[in-house]
Amino acid sequence: MAVKKFEDVCDILDRQGRNPARLIPVLQEVQKIYGYLPEEVLTFIATSLDLPPARVYGVATFYAHFTLEPKGRYVFRLCDGTACHVKGSSDILNALRDKLGLSEEQDTTSDKMFTVETVSCLGACGLAPVMTVNESVYGQVTPEKATEVIDEIVKNEEDNG
Amino acid sequence: MNKEIENTLFVNGQTVEIADEPNLLEVIRKANIDLPTFCYHSELSLYGACRLCIVELEGKGVVASCSVQPEPGMEVRTHTAALREMRRTTLELLLANHPQACTTCAKNTQCKLQDLAQRFGIEDVVFNRPVKERPIDDSNPALVRDPNKCVLCGDCVRFCAEVQNVGAIDFANRGAQVTVTPAYNKGLGDVACVFCGQCAAVCPTGAITPNSAEQDVMAAIDDPETTVVAQLAPALRVALGEEFGYDPGTSVTWQMVAALKRLGFDKVYDTSFAADLTVIEEAGEFIERMDEGGERLPQFTSCCPAWIKTAEHFSPDLLPHLSSCRSPQQMFGSLARRTLPEQLNTTPEKLVVVSIMPCTAKKYEATREEFHQNGKPDVDHVLTTRELAGIIRGAGLRFQDLEPESFDLPLGFKSGAGVIFGNSGGVSEAVVRYAHEKVTGERSPEVDVHAVRGEEGVREAQISMGDRTVRMAVVHGLANAQRLTEQVRQGTCPYDFIEVMACPGGCIGGAGQPVSFDENIRQKRKAGLYAVDKGLQVHHPQDNPYVAASYRDAIGEIGGEEAHDMLHTTYKTRQRIAGQELSLANSEATGQQLEVDVCLGTSCFLKGSQDLLQALAKYINTNELGEHVEVKASFCHQKCGRGPVVKIGDKTFEHADFDTVRGTIDEVMQNS
Ligand code: SF4
Ligand code: SF4
Ligand code: FES
Repeated sequence: MAVKKFEDVCDILDRQGRNPARLIPVLQEVQKIYGYLPEEVLTFIATSLDLPPARVYGVATFYAHFTLEPKGRYVFRLCDGTACHVKGSSDILNALRDKLGLSEEQDTTSDKMFTVETVSCLGACGLAPVMTVNESVYGQVTPEKATEVIDEIVKNEEDNG
Repeated sequence: MNKEIENTLFVNGQTVEIADEPNLLEVIRKANIDLPTFCYHSELSLYGACRLCIVELEGKGVVASCSVQPEPGMEVRTHTAALREMRRTTLELLLANHPQACTTCAKNTQCKLQDLAQRFGIEDVVFNRPVKERPIDDSNPALVRDPNKCVLCGDCVRFCAEVQNVGAIDFANRGAQVTVTPAYNKGLGDVACVFCGQCAAVCPTGAITPNSAEQDVMAAIDDPETTVVAQLAPALRVALGEEFGYDPGTSVTWQMVAALKRLGFDKVYDTSFAADLTVIEEAGEFIERMDEGGERLPQFTSCCPAWIKTAEHFSPDLLPHLSSCRSPQQMFGSLARRTLPEQLNTTPEKLVVVSIMPCTAKKYEATREEFHQNGKPDVDHVLTTRELAGIIRGAGLRFQDLEPESFDLPLGFKSGAGVIFGNSGGVSEAVVRYAHEKVTGERSPEVDVHAVRGEEGVREAQISMGDRTVRMAVVHGLANAQRLTEQVRQGTCPYDFIEVMACPGGCIGGAGQPVSFDENIRQKRKAGLYAVDKGLQVHHPQDNPYVAASYRDAIGEIGGEEAHDMLHTTYKTRQRIAGQELSLANSEATGQQLEVDVCLGTSCFLKGSQDLLQALAKYINTNELGEHVEVKASFCHQKCGRGPVVKIGDKTFEHADFDTVRGTIDEVMQNS
């Protein structure tokens, strides 16, 4: 709920004392609320902390865990650490992206249902290649298994209206 | 150890004394060794990223000399084989990533990267541009950014943040994607950039350059239907010569006029004429404000468009303190469009007014809608000093050998007051020359403008006029100006009149001038302007007979209604990011909801609009009005003096408080 979110943002700013040096923790918490960092919210944060928006944007784009794009409802994270890479994670990545019809610049489908990302190591190398979808972990994934997960989600979504 | 050794170090075996240099690099330069640098600027903070200034320090190995304190006894080598190799490698890497487009680059022959490649004899470059081409930003009339040419030295970022306190650009992204950009990858035209152009002046490459009007001007000259006139800014005449081998500060006024005539301009006039008008109007306004009791004091000058835009973005609450006078460029444009067509036997539509300015912000100023008549800008095109030099060279004119010519009348006649406008402090002095006589009936004494202790970048002067003492401040650099606006807000500002210019040293250090950050060169240009002032017969604008004639024939009374129409203007609040809005809608917009829009712009924010918004949001939640009311926050309603501003449906409320807003919402809800 947007009004609630806005109040939460104000709360976060207050808790951090509106201190420009606390920009990074502010961004972290705000991203938790929105799931990403909307531009307008970044400008609001900049105004509140008395920083230029360009500086806030610079920080938000510097750290990999911040994102300025809204993510899909289902976020596929594919491990691209050494172990997973050796075991063929890039084939899985391609299969997922093909299946979802993502163009080169896109990580999220236009209906905001799916996002596909790579991460450097999920710390489960024994299960390589590893993939997570939101909170669930899948081990020893193959391109086929991965795309089946998509099918299942789509089916579930349809069944639930 | 004797005194001598205590204070010396050795550069390539040569003894060099340490004075008060802040770093080793400056000591080495004092020894006449020109170490290359990209990221070092004496007026900016240290960055130490380009690694070109490396030296070998006995016992310490290779260090960046810009980031090392000089110490007595240090043994420094600047040119060993290892250093040469390292510098070459750095340069080769930069060049490998750089578009190979020197011949078509605006910075060709003035580029540091090109210059260093030559100095280090780099002959082949493995061309290897890994990243995708980034789009060029030409979203505004003043500057063009080509991020592909950026070497990431950060000079522009630091200048914009430290000297101007604007912060319009910064580093973004990481790794191979790092770039210098306005927020959200927008164009400079969509953010709070004030177009001072100092980022372009410090940029060692062609990554930020003035947006050239050369083609447009030449096309106008070629068109047989049009009458093309030029106005030349004061600061131009003491700097243009540098492009043709003259010493800085040499006045080349008459050759400059001759060159323009040869290029095909029909008439050549002097912006200093309009500066005389500015002095008269601005001093009149100042006297009026003193008489009314000082509520609108201090009065800030308004001839620098970068300063005006800064005030509009960052100090909207103080806009009533700005002089309402148009800048000399725009006073000229306004008068020219109204009076010249008849004199020159043409129509307002066929008259093309070209300004030649030391400034990039003037390019933007000319496009402001306030300075249009019947849909046409008063000033059609603005060239910089360097663009003019380029046109002169392109036409093959031998500048040094041109027979001097003089300005055309009437708009080419000026007093010395109109000429000294070009340097920081000049406007104040010119205003005093007029105001003093106006108030006391006597000629003004010399004005002594001196530095203020402990207030770096602010100079002041006190002048007694009759029974009044007027305190004036002169600042250049927008960070300095913003310190004074803060004082005005706090009620601690002791001044009555504040002159602001964005660029170092005033217009003589403008971003359209031959680039130099050397204080000596600025001093010479300034001395050049005062020499021109001395050489003129008239030093007071009130003695300029053509100014008097203009008032009689065209403008009417000083400060009168017509004068206001022609020579004054209005200002408006500007958003930091164009067109942004924060939607707090609970549900999908239906188009049927009552829209409530609360301003969260800088000024309303300070006046408590955030609390208002929170209270409102809570109210709507608890009363489950979400379906009927859509709450939004936008970043500026451009009415900052009267915040917090809230729009409910099509009604606007100023100085809004929660009760008024709630009352109105309830009322609308009941009625529907
Ligand atoms: S023109 Fe001035 S305000 Fe704009 S980015 Fe450059 S330095 Fe900053
Ligand atoms: S744009 Fe120019 S000044 Fe700015 S970082 Fe790049 S090369 Fe340096
Ligand atoms: S000038 Fe020293 S590192 Fe750039």
